[in-house]
Amino acid sequence: MALPKDGETPRYYVPARSSMAIFSATALAMIALGAASGMNAMHSADASGSDWLLLYAGLIALAIVLACWFSLTIKENIKGMNSEQLKISYRIGMQWFIFSEVMFFAAFFGVLFYVRTLAGPWLSGEGAGVMNTLLWPGFDYSWPLMDTPQDAIGGVKEQAKAGFLANNGEHTGPQKNLSWPGLDNLFHWLPFWNTTLLVLSSIWLEFAHHALKKNKRTAFNFWLGLTLLFGFVFVYLQYLEYHEAYVDYGLYLNSGIYGATFFMLTGFHGFHVIMGAGILTVQFFRSVMKKHFTKEDHFGFEAASWYWHFVDVVWIFLVAVVYVY
Amino acid sequence: MAGPDKGFSRWLLATNHKDIGILYLWFSFAMFLLGGSFAMVIRAELFQPGLQLVDPNFFNQMTTMHGLVMVFGAIMPAFVGLANYMIPIMIGAPDMALPRMNNLSFWILPFAFAILASSLFMEGGAPNFGWTFYAPLSTTYAPPSVTFFIFGVHLMGISSIMGAINIVATIFNLRAPGMTLMKMPLFVWTWLITAFLLIAVMPVLAGAVTMMLMDIHFGTSFFSAAGGGDPVLFQHIFWFFGHPEVYIIILPAFGVVSEIIPTFSRKPLFGYASMVYATAAIAFLSFIVWAHHMFTVGMPLVGELYFMWATMLIAVPTAAKVFNWITTMFKGALTFETPMLFCIAFVFLFTLGGLTGLMLAIAPADMQYHDSYFVVAHFHYTMVAGAIFSISASVYYWLPKWTGRMYNETMGKVHFWIAFIGFNLTFFPQHFLGLAGMPRRIPDYSIQFADFNMISSIGAFTYGLAQLIFLFNIIRTIYFGEKTTEEQTWESARGLEWTLPSPLPFHTFERPPAIK
Repeated sequence: MALPKDGETPRYYVPARSSMAIFSATALAMIALGAASGMNAMHSADASGSDWLLLYAGLIALAIVLACWFSLTIKENIKGMNSEQLKISYRIGMQWFIFSEVMFFAAFFGVLFYVRTLAGPWLSGEGAGVMNTLLWPGFDYSWPLMDTPQDAIGGVKEQAKAGFLANNGEHTGPQKNLSWPGLDNLFHWLPFWNTTLLVLSSIWLEFAHHALKKNKRTAFNFWLGLTLLFGFVFVYLQYLEYHEAYVDYGLYLNSGIYGATFFMLTGFHGFHVIMGAGILTVQFFRSVMKKHFTKEDHFGFEAASWYWHFVDVVWIFLVAVVYVY
Repeated sequence: MAGPDKGFSRWLLATNHKDIGILYLWFSFAMFLLGGSFAMVIRAELFQPGLQLVDPNFFNQMTTMHGLVMVFGAIMPAFVGLANYMIPIMIGAPDMALPRMNNLSFWILPFAFAILASSLFMEGGAPNFGWTFYAPLSTTYAPPSVTFFIFGVHLMGISSIMGAINIVATIFNLRAPGMTLMKMPLFVWTWLITAFLLIAVMPVLAGAVTMMLMDIHFGTSFFSAAGGGDPVLFQHIFWFFGHPEVYIIILPAFGVVSEIIPTFSRKPLFGYASMVYATAAIAFLSFIVWAHHMFTVGMPLVGELYFMWATMLIAVPTAAKVFNWITTMFKGALTFETPMLFCIAFVFLFTLGGLTGLMLAIAPADMQYHDSYFVVAHFHYTMVAGAIFSISASVYYWLPKWTGRMYNETMGKVHFWIAFIGFNLTFFPQHFLGLAGMPRRIPDYSIQFADFNMISSIGAFTYGLAQLIFLFNIIRTIYFGEKTTEEQTWESARGLEWTLPSPLPFHTFERPPAIK
């Protein structure tokens, strides 16, 4: 890339063509087709593991393509091919991507809000409606919802049976819920430990960033490693909680709207934690094995840390409205 | 810098914003013809009362697929194509900010629509629950192809979000020095705000279809009252996406019209700043009016009143825009080339669509209009005479710049007049049908609606024919059009694109141009 002469505006840089995009699009299409056909085959009598082969192939293909794509980008950056302008574009891109993720979670938080403040009370007869008296007599709304409207009328209606829903449209409430157990039981309550872990990991990550800005490689690796450790323990505890919910509490995806919102919010959050931890792991090995990142130029790490903080903030909101309030 | 590759890899591996723009535009034209053919099936069935050509379930598949293909496959990609082609040129940028991701955004779309279209051949048929896919029609009672539809929507969403992020990054980061925000052409402004809307609401749509997926396959009860959920909740989420979505479709159209009308009025745009603020105001309002699509679902009275008044507020910034276009033309030295004809028709017909929108915003009156052909007429005045007319206008406007060849003006005018007459013949009578009580999305109707329906069908076939003239004119221009090398195709056109040679070089700016 020719450097600009004095007094001239810098020459624009346009990245070279690449086959990564078309391979990514193909992999994404395989995932979409594979997941859709797998799920549709799931309910039939002769469902088998091979229904999901296309999905697995797509996921593997996407992982390989993304790995190639990112390593290409990293190599180009190390060669000094990326202009300052392109680096700013990357930052803007990541920021708006996180905004899109915020809106994705907003949809599920919105559902929880709607169900708890409007739909639930209406079902139990609040307002001028007749849903309670005509459709769900005896249903009483409380949160967490332990007895669904279906429980109140004593089982699946013929109407629900007529459709093509999983579990035949059965929505039986859970035996126990995972809500705030009171201050006395705080230390036996997994979300407390999860919150502690995630908040601390966010702090360790900032320590890592400061170490990197002072060019302290060992300290950077240490704090980043500690962040990862806390992140993985969080995922493990989340697994324990799901296990407890399924085995001991009778809380399933089809345990009415409490189970649905609980698993969707914590599940998508957990999925994002796993993604964030995966991204950070890559950054960790880039630093440890390849000595990547300088104190001025470490966007891969920075983007990953923005993502991690975003996941942390979502968790705080989640604890507030899913578990405590 | 290198020129284009030879052969198909030029398109498959494209990172050049012009190539990707061309891909988007041709893809959207193909989808326009596909969605249009579905519309022809609908209008053929409705030509006379009674069931003639298709069975009711297939008719429902046609209305659903027509809406989905036109909204997500034709109009949105067409504007993304225009954005890809024009925005870097208009702001003096070398290309889009993230060129490889740009390629990915495009190539996801053919896969997504192949999946969607293939559902027509699946057991149980294509999605038949309307383009708004209300639960429980789209969950409990949906055909198995709904799963493919859901993942197709996910793919479209990924494509849209990446495309929008690219546009935001381009506009914020790649403007030539001196191109301040308030010097940007209005098309760039409207796209910046549109991209923001896309990033904000496409993830909500992804959330909605994910919850449908979970309800269908994994036993959740988001949209089922039996488990404590609510089918109306689906409508809230859908329209929280859906209302900004209609502005995603119309804002770039506003931008195009604000470029073209000043050119053929030989005057600068009247009220540039107010246009920018009006666009931002419309975008803001779009987030807080969604339930005006749901007046009849049984909302509390305060909800009805709030959404009614908030919706009426939109008329204020929109009227500011219409008055600005009219004032731009006022005392201008007007000429009526094809792009200008489409834009004048846009201003006139879109305003009609806006006024019927205002009628629909009145909650008590909407109890009568809801789900009638009046609604169909309303949104086709905004979607067709709004979005599609402006896309036609922009193709004629920029085609000489893109190809270095002039289109046939007479054929363009013939296209316009046939489209204009065909369009009004199709949709104007539908207002009366709706007011008289004909419901939408039905394959058969009572005989008192027969005359207007026949007129409407004749109009639709006419409008469809006009598009073939359009296609022919474009292809003729590309291969046989009269060559033009002048930079300024239209004598008073302003903007950076008119300082460049025709046809545009493969790479536009190697260094940032000076902005006065």
